[in-house]
Amino acid sequence: MRIPCPLCGTRDRREFYYYGSDDYLNRPAADAPAAAWDDMLHNRDNPAGVTRDLWYHETGCAQWLAVTRNTVTHEILGSELVADLKTGPKSARKGGEK
Amino acid sequence: MRYSGLKVLGEGLFGNKGWKPAWRDPAPKAEYDAIIIGGGGHGLSTAYYLAKNHGMTNIAVLEKGYLGSGNIGRNTTIVRANYFLPGNSEFYSHSLKLWEGLESELNYNVMHSQRGLINLFHSDGQRDAFARRGNAMINQGDDAILLDREGVREHLPYLDFEQTRFPIYGGLLHPRGGTARHDAVAWGYARGADRRGVDLIQNCEVTGIDVSNGRVTGVQTTRGAIRAKKVGIVVAGRSSQVAAMAGMRLPIESHILQAFVSEGLKPVIHHVISFGMGHFYISQSDKGGLVFGGDLDFYASYAARGNLPMVEHVMEAGMTLMPMIGRARVLRSWGGIMDMSPDGSPVIDRTHVDGLFLNCGWNYGGFKAVPASGWCMAHLMATGQPHDVARRFRLDRFATGHLIDEEGTGSQHNLH
Ligand SMILES: Cc1cc2nc3c(=O)[nH]c(=O)nc-3n(C[C@H](O)[C@H](O)[C@H](O)COP(=O)(O)OP(=O)(O)OC[C@H]3O[C@@H](n4cnc5c(N)ncnc54)[C@H](O)[C@@H]3O)c2cc1C
Ligand SMILES: [Zn+2]
Repeated sequence: MRIPCPLCGTRDRREFYYYGSDDYLNRPAADAPAAAWDDMLHNRDNPAGVTRDLWYHETGCAQWLAVTRNTVTHEILGSELVADLKTGPKSARKGGEK
Repeated sequence: MRYSGLKVLGEGLFGNKGWKPAWRDPAPKAEYDAIIIGGGGHGLSTAYYLAKNHGMTNIAVLEKGYLGSGNIGRNTTIVRANYFLPGNSEFYSHSLKLWEGLESELNYNVMHSQRGLINLFHSDGQRDAFARRGNAMINQGDDAILLDREGVREHLPYLDFEQTRFPIYGGLLHPRGGTARHDAVAWGYARGADRRGVDLIQNCEVTGIDVSNGRVTGVQTTRGAIRAKKVGIVVAGRSSQVAAMAGMRLPIESHILQAFVSEGLKPVIHHVISFGMGHFYISQSDKGGLVFGGDLDFYASYAARGNLPMVEHVMEAGMTLMPMIGRARVLRSWGGIMDMSPDGSPVIDRTHVDGLFLNCGWNYGGFKAVPASGWCMAHLMATGQPHDVARRFRLDRFATGHLIDEEGTGSQHNLH
């Protein structure tokens, strides 16, 4: 598997650390109810199909990426720098088998 | 038909013409008292114990493929009771006791082999942690022996003890740990359930869960609608999809775990060996193949096949630990879809829908759990109350903070 980094180009999967779903970007406010924290930390759509998740380019540019890819075919559809994301992750998510 | 040595002998003499299929192939009825979704190890054992322990025989197991086509037929078959935390400790202890009587219980040879499991350690700190784990196992009534380096050498003389990265300090021996024949476990439970009247319905994918006024009323399937007042979701790697049919969003992320088997060799590895620091474990099957694996590929996946970096990593770890396997040729590799939970422990619980029960979150350790999981899931579905040894496997523990994080790695699905 090779992952395109917006800064470094397409690189071997071994250069990246996988964190998990882009739900981690939905960090609740400090005074949000426990359920909001539960959702961010634990609960997942876990789609069989297109998803977006967070990868850290550990041995490259040391940037966090949001990678859009297919969990059934392992096809990589694109990536963005998390630093560039202004809106919530769900709004950018494409459809797919759920 | 009861299986016995005499039966095998008799059939051998008369051309093996008397064997019958081990279970029926019934068409689904319009209604059952209970439905189990998923014909893997856990679904089949749930059905078996519903019939056997609770007298519920008007029930069906619905399987989208064929029985045992999921992880139950893909795992590396380690059976052990070496857990540390309350919740896991009593549950896996109960499971191992059921394993020890399983063959006579099912009248089926599941090839349960208690050849001993050795977990290696490589530092003083790790030795302390393993001693503590061993004490917890003994307190639970199970067995554990702390081996020093020479003790390990007596059992496993072929390891590379002097390797520079992770020199071997010793190991925790769990003599009652071992392996079993994975398919046989599914087949044995399937046959046992069928003989008690359970309908095992294959090629029947559940596509919807019917709920009315907060109560489950049945399921939609590729073979029509089927009514039931009780439904159990027992679908391992597909838990998120099936639970979503009832409006649930689970604390589960599905990940790929690979495994490998070599060509058949003469007996050489007599234990199950786990080399945690290198992410490697190995045993030898009764056919002679070396069965080994390592960690997850680490990214969410439903592909049932992995990528090459993990293949390379597992081979390197194996060569670090036991260079003698370098000449063995790998015959096959494959992957299974693991239902990873954020604390590495499972869920056996009710849901927000009356009559709908959930069994999931087995991570990569659900094979050894098959007997106790079915036992406890059946208890829950029949009585409405959690079984005592599974009472901590609650779905709401993530929200309430009662996590059972055996490895202490935190709330990240791929770290358990
Ligand atoms: C490579 C590998 C190694 C492993 N090693 C070990 C080990 O050494 N020790 C250990 O304890 N565990 C191990 N495991 C884990 C263990 O195999 C699993 O935790 C366990 O098998 C999961 O439970 P199951 O048997 O019920 O799952 P499965 O066999 O996957 O059963 C789930 C079933 O549900 C069916 N299903 C899904 N969706 C639907 C639907 N909509 N309708 C109808 N049916 C549906 C599937 O087709 C499947 O047959 C390993 C797993 C893998 C992949
Ligand atoms: Zn980069």
